[in-house]
Amino acid sequence: MQDHPILNELEELRKKGLESLQVVQDELGLQNWKVANLGRSAPMTQIFSQMKTVSAEVRPLVGERVNQVKKEFEAALEEHAAAIKQAMLNKSLTSDAVDISLPGRRPAHGRLHPQTKMLREIYRIFGDMGFQVYRARDVETDEYNFELLNIPAYHPARDMWDTFYTTKPGVILRTHTSPGQVHVMREYCPEPIRVILPGMCYRYEQISARSEIQFHQVEGIMVGKHVTMGDMKGTLTDFARRLFGANARTRLRPSYFPFTEPSGEMDVECFVCHGAGCQVCKNSGWLEILGCGMIHPTVLRNGGYDPSVYSGFAFGMGPERISMLRNQINDIRNFWANDVRFLEQFS
Amino acid sequence: MKIPLSWLKDYVDIDLPLDQLARLLTMAGLEVDEIHTIGLPIPHSDHSEFKFSGLEWDREKIVVAQIDEVMPHPNADRLVLCKLKDGTGEYIVLTGAPNLYPYKGQGPLAQPIKVAYAKEGAVLYDGHAAGLELTTLKRAKIRGVESFSMVCSEKELGISEEHEGIIFLEPDAPTGMPLVDYIGDAVFEISILPNMIRNACVIGVAREVAALTGKTLKKPVPTHKATGPSLKGKIGIKITSPQLNPRFAVGMISNCQHAESPYKIQRRLRLAGMRPINALVDATNYVMLETGQPLHAFDYDVLVKRVKGGVPTIITRTAAEGEKLTTLDNVERTLKDYTVLVCDTEGALSVAGVMGGLESEITESTKTVLLEGAAWNFINIRKTMSYLKLNSEASFRFARGIHPELCPEAIQLCLDRMAEWTGGEIYSDLVDEYPLPAKDPMVTVTTNDVTRWLGIDLTADKIASLLRPLEFVCTVKGNAVEVKTPPYRLDIGEEIIGVADVMEEIARMYGYDAIPATRLSDEMPPQRNNPSLEREEMVRDLLVKFGLQETISYRMTSPEREARWLQPVDKSAIDLDYVTLQNPIAVDRRVMRRSVMASVLETLQKNIRLSNRLMLFEIGQAYLPQKDNILPTEPRQLAIALSGRRETPAWDKKDNNTLDFFDLKGILEELAEGLHLEKVSFTPTTADGFHPGKCASFTCGDVTLGVFGEIHPLVKERFDFLQAPVLAADIDLEALLNVIPPLMTTSPVPLYPPVLEDIALTVDEAVPAGKVEALIRQTGGKNLVDIRLFDIFRSIQIGAGKKSLAYSLTYQAPDRTLTDQEVAQIRGRIVKRLDQELGAKLRA
Ligand SMILES: [Zn+2]
Repeated sequence: MQDHPILNELEELRKKGLESLQVVQDELGLQNWKVANLGRSAPMTQIFSQMKTVSAEVRPLVGERVNQVKKEFEAALEEHAAAIKQAMLNKSLTSDAVDISLPGRRPAHGRLHPQTKMLREIYRIFGDMGFQVYRARDVETDEYNFELLNIPAYHPARDMWDTFYTTKPGVILRTHTSPGQVHVMREYCPEPIRVILPGMCYRYEQISARSEIQFHQVEGIMVGKHVTMGDMKGTLTDFARRLFGANARTRLRPSYFPFTEPSGEMDVECFVCHGAGCQVCKNSGWLEILGCGMIHPTVLRNGGYDPSVYSGFAFGMGPERISMLRNQINDIRNFWANDVRFLEQFS
Repeated sequence: MKIPLSWLKDYVDIDLPLDQLARLLTMAGLEVDEIHTIGLPIPHSDHSEFKFSGLEWDREKIVVAQIDEVMPHPNADRLVLCKLKDGTGEYIVLTGAPNLYPYKGQGPLAQPIKVAYAKEGAVLYDGHAAGLELTTLKRAKIRGVESFSMVCSEKELGISEEHEGIIFLEPDAPTGMPLVDYIGDAVFEISILPNMIRNACVIGVAREVAALTGKTLKKPVPTHKATGPSLKGKIGIKITSPQLNPRFAVGMISNCQHAESPYKIQRRLRLAGMRPINALVDATNYVMLETGQPLHAFDYDVLVKRVKGGVPTIITRTAAEGEKLTTLDNVERTLKDYTVLVCDTEGALSVAGVMGGLESEITESTKTVLLEGAAWNFINIRKTMSYLKLNSEASFRFARGIHPELCPEAIQLCLDRMAEWTGGEIYSDLVDEYPLPAKDPMVTVTTNDVTRWLGIDLTADKIASLLRPLEFVCTVKGNAVEVKTPPYRLDIGEEIIGVADVMEEIARMYGYDAIPATRLSDEMPPQRNNPSLEREEMVRDLLVKFGLQETISYRMTSPEREARWLQPVDKSAIDLDYVTLQNPIAVDRRVMRRSVMASVLETLQKNIRLSNRLMLFEIGQAYLPQKDNILPTEPRQLAIALSGRRETPAWDKKDNNTLDFFDLKGILEELAEGLHLEKVSFTPTTADGFHPGKCASFTCGDVTLGVFGEIHPLVKERFDFLQAPVLAADIDLEALLNVIPPLMTTSPVPLYPPVLEDIALTVDEAVPAGKVEALIRQTGGKNLVDIRLFDIFRSIQIGAGKKSLAYSLTYQAPDRTLTDQEVAQIRGRIVKRLDQELGAKLRA
């Protein structure tokens, strides 16, 4: 009974079926194998049609055996399908590998000019202290650029500025942002004032790695009834710490500007050598970053404020100089030359 | 200003190390730029803070020595052998110093010559090298004589460039003493601030040091008696304008012998940067450096000769326009009518306060010196020196204001030195005209003023004690101090200005370092936005986001440079009004720009061969002269220029398309959207500089914001651009910023799904796509929420002169899902309308 021919045939089908499954290598092969071995016209399914030739007692045995083989086939198919999927995945993972050393595709993007970024940084720091931006004109009168700032004609202090004169008498290119002080005072008087005045200034100089005919300046002015030199020192020290780092050391030393009295200059400890002396700080350990002072009584008066009641301080700095120090730019001419090879470095 | 330490120590005791002294001066406003040591050791510290240079002299190896005999060299004419003692023994030293030749073969010298002696191993400068080259003294055989040491010149010791002969020290120099202890020095290079001319002299610096260190200032006092006759009747003085010449004083010395000044004086002059000439001239320079008062020496006998033996009269007056004078430097100067001259009755002798004349200068044969000490109007001196382009030590000082009180003292000191160095006899008195005495302001400073200005609380006594060492005369009255300005300075004003000036002196003496840093406590001013700046920054940020690079250009240009952009292609020239510079730095930077666009196109040109893709923009002022105002308007403009490849190059991208009109238009569309502009439109237009078929205006409502497009081929030629199109947008920034709405609104997120469909329409080639789109939008109504052109197609099937425009339409209602019938209805209306108005046919 065990070796009923139909059972032998079944066993033969089972062997062949499982063998043929082993050589199947892809999804299509699996489909074909499934149709060939488990489909309606599969030999195994055909066995049922031969059932009538089988004796009744053997019949259940054959039926059971067919079902066993079918289950075995299904399990084998599932297992083999999983293996194929894994093999294909492995293959694709290998073949899809890329040469990661090829350069990446960079998104195209634009850039601000480095000095726009520098100015914004200054605006932000002073903005936090309540100073707002006030802009004034570039082409100025001698009166606003000099006279009202306590710099009469032929005054020794005029040596400090080499001026571009226009062909119109009394009209010059501003040599500093300071004329804005008088403009803002006249506009806001008698309110207290806290503003910064950024802008382009011009000086008649030989263009070199160190000096330019055109440069930005950011002026600041504060006017009120209780404004002291100590406040000036505190404000500018805070500014320096925010720009150069919380531990930046500063010093304030006397200087001279005709529109301030007392006048000073603030140095920050060289952030390249930390005071030990290097090329950047010319061995002094200090970098001069701004000029400042208490607003001269004459200037306050010219702005409409009574110097016996009001006081104030003013300061001015060169953003290009600060950028040069911070980014170790050794030639100021880079700023307006607009060579993209320079500009592209400031992302 | 160069201040030798040894000289400074004549007037104030100093026990500070070099760097501490430099810090003290710097923190008081006398900024030390450099310290040049002459033999003294250079401090070695991590935080020296100052630039040191110079040569340190070895104490053992460089000493004072004496030459007792100068002997000829057996086989060299130009060399001598010196018998020399250095305190430890006697040596024979070989030298070629020419100033020893006169002593050769005289046997033992009656008075030994004191010299600077360097022994084997000493580090010196090479006297024969062109610059400053260090060398170590080694044992050598020169012409058969062994040499292991040398007597030194100033150059070898780093004192000066002088290498003509060796140094002869004063006869009382102690043999064997380390040279550094005898003449070791350090020169402080100090920047003199414009208001601190009082400190452009050794006494001035000494006064500061004394005040800052609590020491006493020891002013020099003349030691020679004025034993000569009275000057009365020997000279007349006539001042024609006391405003220009408030004081003119003269003294006189006769029977001077021609001489060199002592070695110490010559050395000091050199260290201070002046060249020794002879004892008389050196005395005037020395006293100027010492006191700050420039002096001028005349040869009195020349003056007498000029008036044919009569009594000379000095007249100070302004020149006649065009009057001429040959100055000391042998240059004939043509003078202005404001130039003040020192003259006699025969004519001009010198340009007052600036430079002496050639004729009456001191020479080797001068016996009698008339010494002038005067005060001049500093503004007038400045005008003169800037006109004559003449910068002398005297004019540098006079142009910043020298107090008239200094004259007599300086004259007496100078005559004293002349007497000492030339053996002359000093006249017993001065002739002194002082028609306009200086007023030394008196101001009252209160303790409250100090608190209000400086933020520190000082008592009146403390204030006075800070000021007195600077010679302010202070009277304390309760909380006030009456402060009288000392008669050596002109920088203190009257009333509240004087208070401010004195305040700086209080702060300097108190120490800027000691003033506490405080945070602002004053009332917060009204806070204001700056919309123009804020919006401008928004525009910058948007353009950067779109991939553009910002530039900032020179605002100075030339009409020719700008004409490349501004001159119409059909004109051969253009005449524009510019803000023109009187003193341009160069011809091509002689005007202020009218067009930011021209700047950006220049930048594009400069970079076009450096980068295959350029997208640039600049925001900045242009300068437009006005008819009715001396000042120009300064409108802010936005200029954009693009050229090159559309895609950034990459290793697998093969797209070589170049940027064109629609890339620029896209940027402007995106900019308008980013700024939430409403009613933006683009209209075909023509404008100078642009390709007439690729040019449009950019408007918002009825405000024109600018013009953009491809630049005209002929303009392209002017700039030497490459083949790729150059796109430019010239935008009126102020107009753009003005149309930005203060607020933007949003629409709700749709709740119901959209219905999407594509339609293709065939129209005549001449029909603008914009018109088709506008009609679709208008007809579609509120439920047609988006229209996107996705294809333009031309073919024989469609027919010549026709094009097919394919649109993706999005229908959506806020309150329901639209049905197919509703959508079909809208589409039907659109198609019918387009057919009626534009003859458009729906393509199947
Ligand atoms: Zn450094």
